[in-house]
Amino acid sequence: MTARVQTYEHDVLVIGAGGAGLRAAIEASAAKVSVGLVCKSLLGKAHTVMAEGGIAAALANVDERDSWKVHFADTMRGGQYVNNWRMAELHAKEAPDRVRELEAWGALFDRTKDGRILQRNFGGHRYPRLAHVGDRTGLEMIRTLQDHGVHQGIDVHMERTVVALLKDGDRVSGALAYDRERGLLHLFRAGAVVLATGGIGRAYRITSNSWEYTGDGHALAYDAGAELMDMEFVQFHPTGMVWPPSVQGILVTEGVRGEGGVLLNKEGKRFLFDDIPENYRSQTADNEEEGWRYTQGDKSARRPPELLTRDHVARCIMREIRAGRGSPHGGVFLDISWIKRKLPDAGEVIRKKLPSMYHQFLKLADIDITRQPMEVGPTTHYVMGGVRVDAETQMSSVPGLFAAGECAAGLHGANRLGGNSLSDLLVFGQRAGAHAARFAGDHRAGRIDEAQVEAAARAALAPFEGEDSDQGAAPYRIQHDLQEMMQDMVGIVRRESEMALALEQLGKLRARAARMRVNGNRAYNPGWHTALDLANLLTVSEAVARSALERKESRGAHFRDDLPRADPAFGKVNVVAVKGPDGAMRIERRPIPPLPGELKQVIEEMK
Amino acid sequence: MNATFSIWRGDAAGGAFQDYQTEVSEGMVVLDAIHQIQADQASDLAVRWNCKAGKCGSCSAEINGLPRLMCMTRLSDLDLARPVAVAPMKTFTPIKDLVTDVSWNYQVKKRIRKFKPRPPDAPDGTWRMAQEDIERVQEFRKCIECYLCQDVCHVLREHHLQERFIGPRFFAYVAALEMHPLDVEDRREELSEAQGIGFCNITKCCTRVCPEEINITDNAIIPLKERVVDAYDPLRRLFRLLGGN
Repeated sequence: MTARVQTYEHDVLVIGAGGAGLRAAIEASAAKVSVGLVCKSLLGKAHTVMAEGGIAAALANVDERDSWKVHFADTMRGGQYVNNWRMAELHAKEAPDRVRELEAWGALFDRTKDGRILQRNFGGHRYPRLAHVGDRTGLEMIRTLQDHGVHQGIDVHMERTVVALLKDGDRVSGALAYDRERGLLHLFRAGAVVLATGGIGRAYRITSNSWEYTGDGHALAYDAGAELMDMEFVQFHPTGMVWPPSVQGILVTEGVRGEGGVLLNKEGKRFLFDDIPENYRSQTADNEEEGWRYTQGDKSARRPPELLTRDHVARCIMREIRAGRGSPHGGVFLDISWIKRKLPDAGEVIRKKLPSMYHQFLKLADIDITRQPMEVGPTTHYVMGGVRVDAETQMSSVPGLFAAGECAAGLHGANRLGGNSLSDLLVFGQRAGAHAARFAGDHRAGRIDEAQVEAAARAALAPFEGEDSDQGAAPYRIQHDLQEMMQDMVGIVRRESEMALALEQLGKLRARAARMRVNGNRAYNPGWHTALDLANLLTVSEAVARSALERKESRGAHFRDDLPRADPAFGKVNVVAVKGPDGAMRIERRPIPPLPGELKQVIEEMK
Repeated sequence: MNATFSIWRGDAAGGAFQDYQTEVSEGMVVLDAIHQIQADQASDLAVRWNCKAGKCGSCSAEINGLPRLMCMTRLSDLDLARPVAVAPMKTFTPIKDLVTDVSWNYQVKKRIRKFKPRPPDAPDGTWRMAQEDIERVQEFRKCIECYLCQDVCHVLREHHLQERFIGPRFFAYVAALEMHPLDVEDRREELSEAQGIGFCNITKCCTRVCPEEINITDNAIIPLKERVVDAYDPLRRLFRLLGGN
């Protein structure tokens, strides 16, 4: 079999070329080891490109009261204290350097009046903290990393999808992939592997995520014996587009609210003032005027409730919709045009600060956001859960297998703050790249087991041999049914009975997937690609449902209608999914190590 | 309501337009129709896409003969009484259906000299830049690398000068580097030689198709042409030497 697959050798193989993968590849290649970078799409198209609002880093350029301590405390509070506190600490301390480094590589962030990097307000961040470029920060970041990376001697393998990790005993030794163009198989031998594959949003019908987001890294790691942690925490971003239907789920940046945008129900009421959580009350404005002053940089003002954390804002929106106070197309109103009552040049300010939102609504929805409110509703956006890793090195429980960015767990706990994702990619991408290079240098390359390669190749080609093609539509239909099911039963509001039913449904979908056949040949065949992605989606969906059943409380993004309160006992554990020896998924609770005294003190000081 | 889409199916060896009917509803874009057809009728129809919001530049195609992003082309802006023709970008070799081989662009970019900043302005290793000074460069950095400008450029499309000409996308890229307030590299020699800026005769086709509305011709190519002339015109060079500028 291996004779028919092309073979490559790298010290470090990075899977995924978004922010985390590129940053890892850059770091590993700087350590003078050979680096291969495999990506599902063309280089520069990964989901990072969609990030809008900014990169959170306590540079303290706009408000000198900011520091790593405040950023750390904000991240822990947003994550409801089930975060990996060491990752939160490293992230808060290292993010400023990672941002400045981007500038040294050519990134051009918006500026303060004295010529430094400008920072903007965002949900859950006490001070203006997000370095940004209008509302296209992700594009600036990925292009900077891409353009810097191509001069580093990284071998980029574009439009290739990894279908299995290969192991030598306990440790990882390589990966098997197919290329989209011809459908040929490629074997990568590697001293270390970094997973940087992003999230799982395509498990849901309404999502801001692209086709690539099928939990590949999560499933690859799980199948290789690594642990998935916090999978019950799926972030539903409060503001996705809701109309017209074809754009449902496309993201509307939190930056709209950071610049003064307000959320209104159909009665024109700012409903978020009605429900401010206790642990944020002292930091939140209690009147509209104070909220406006905050968005305009008044340091004595507290933030408006629209800038509370995403889990809370999303739930409040759902409540308004369910109570019949929503907008005509089943969302609520997000209005930035109202600032014309405050600013004479409001139209120009909006077009300048939010150019891609202006463009997106005008082109896709015939809405001029400088004059009209938008209609928005929650959209599946991000998974806090992922591969359980060591905070310092980002290595999983499988030796030589690293994970960084969205596909790794720990930093964000039960809910991620906006802007903490781009900084996560940089901080932990850098760490994963450095430690993967070190691991590859310290250990002899692993052996490739022909039997594993053969089994993986057989599994990859199996969809051509199935019996049920449904005129070729089978993979698309099964994926669609999975998305509907997850949206309805393991979505933003959860119940034990529904999740139990979801597990039953997953079994049936799995059986359908095992029988499906794809039409056509191996050359650039999206039906085949969808079929292979589906296997990963089924794995991560099961992990989400089982973990959500296990967490018998509500916390952060995980909200249970049948158990609406947080339970302090669950505040001390993470839920972990791992493949048992019989191949079935096992769920375990892992105690969270106690916070060291000095970090506890930081949290107390910032209360 | 149903509409007909005439989609080019084939590969590098050849192909033909094939008609598909699909139901259209309010707000749909061409990419939605392609996805519907793919899911229901043509499961192996090859198409690139990612963000579906005009931010990644993956779904470039020629719609009724015009280079556009499929995700930003509303069906309501097209005449649905007739079949909507959807073809791959013509300048690049087809791989399959709507997917083309754009790897040449990646090779070109790799050959352009990288960003080289001046020493930091502040002891903490940071720089100071005014917003006004970066805005002109930010315009070029909006580029989503959809390569529609490369597709429409006649130097590449009709004259196939890929070996001697880097195309509008990369003139905008070089302009972003050359006008970057921190950059100290000089790329003028290769601009006029290996990168062939002289082949551009300013027909502005690239600017017209840019989905990011970057003014490629006026703001990138013409200023670069001026810089090149300035550097290599012997008279100007003498003038500069004498004037000390």
